[in-house]
Amino acid sequence: MLQSETAQKTVHNTILPLTLTGAIAKIRGKTIVGPINLTIGPQGFTIVMGPNGSGKTTLLRLMHGLQRISGGTVTCGLPDAQARVRQSYVFQTPIMMRRIVVDSIAYPLRLRGVDKKTARTKATDWAERVGLGHALDRPAPVLSGGEKQKLSLARALISGPDILFLDEPCANLDGRATREIETILRQAQAEGTRLVMATHDMGQARRLASDVVFMYGGCVHETGPATAFFSGPTTPQAAAFISGDIVE
Amino acid sequence: MNEITQGLAEAGRLIFSLDPDLLEIVALSLRVTLSAVVIASAIGLPLGAWLVVNRFRFRRHTIAVLNALMGLPPVVVGLVVYMLLSRAGPFGVLDLLFTPTAMIIAQVIIITPLIASISHQTIRDLWAEYHDLLISLSATRRQRIAALLWDGRRALLTAMLAGFGRGIGEVGAIMIVGGNIDHSTRVLTTAISLETGKGNFAFAMGLGFVLIALAVLVNLTIHSLSRTERASVW
Repeated sequence: MLQSETAQKTVHNTILPLTLTGAIAKIRGKTIVGPINLTIGPQGFTIVMGPNGSGKTTLLRLMHGLQRISGGTVTCGLPDAQARVRQSYVFQTPIMMRRIVVDSIAYPLRLRGVDKKTARTKATDWAERVGLGHALDRPAPVLSGGEKQKLSLARALISGPDILFLDEPCANLDGRATREIETILRQAQAEGTRLVMATHDMGQARRLASDVVFMYGGCVHETGPATAFFSGPTTPQAAAFISGDIVE
Repeated sequence: MNEITQGLAEAGRLIFSLDPDLLEIVALSLRVTLSAVVIASAIGLPLGAWLVVNRFRFRRHTIAVLNALMGLPPVVVGLVVYMLLSRAGPFGVLDLLFTPTAMIIAQVIIITPLIASISHQTIRDLWAEYHDLLISLSATRRQRIAALLWDGRRALLTAMLAGFGRGIGEVGAIMIVGGNIDHSTRVLTTAISLETGKGNFAFAMGLGFVLIALAVLVNLTIHSLSRTERASVW
């Protein structure tokens, strides 16, 4: 993101804070997540943690609007139509469009009516930033796993979102690719994008988190600043999770 | 067996002598069928994509009917189009009966459900892949359809080629609405039918081989132009 855009973001309203009040997600009548009461403030890097099936992904999808809300409310600082285009989502398994890299990254801008030349120029900049400058003309589906996730990040960040949701973006990546992704995320955060990421990786959570949301049984079991959470979890489930024990 | 050999020889003679009657018939066959495929694709491809991205009451019934229409009997289509375009019909004033335009109309009606149905199945798989991304990016319905059609264009060629195959080999409907008039509405299939009726089997067989060669040639050309089945192209 350019400096001027970062400055603009601080001048204009953003969708933050994002507030969930008694939010519930049901699938086929069964409550998967909720009720959730949670506020995502204007700054920071929130890590959503918890065992498998605890509702991390559903919580992210609920906040982003991919999951239909069955009860309660999700409110933000902007009307819904504006809020939709001020946020992005990176999926655990990268979704690759059947296009070349530069056009894949440019796609969100094209959707918003940016002309092809401008969109491609910006996409080329972003490709360089995430280390895909060498692969601009390669078909996106033939990239490696790490490259696909970098492309997903560039595509998510190119429109300058207020908030970026990431669902275990480094789940299948090696250490080097993970480090590269983390560098991009730190840069995005420094440029004003609020980050909310689900992860199983304790080391990554410790490196990146400013605050933690610990999910258990479809509910927010514990939440607070990262330092406090890692040094003194208040629930036995969180303590077990941090120490690496199996949480049933 | 002898007639097949004679047919092959006749096909060779027709092609290499650049028989003017044959060229005229081939040109009209291509004109009618390619026009019909283009029009049917313009209707069928977006229709297939629209059915994928929209949820509405009776959607499943609509898809089932569309699939059933793939087996639309050409003779019945020809008869209906004939009645619509005849002097006494509602479109008789247009004076289209026994013209290539009438043949194109009949083929469009036959081909469109085929293209729409195959494209629907193709796009459905792509939509399952793209669904979350396009929703996440707040793409409008129109933008979703455009993305699915563009990104699925190579797979959708199959639908168009299936439509071409059905159209180029179709005889019942175009015989009725075209009338098989020499130098006006005679195409390869109606010519084959005529020659067979006259007992001129070798010539009919020759035309048949030309028809097959034409279908293969068009398929190969389209595959070549669209660069399918090549390395690093999905």
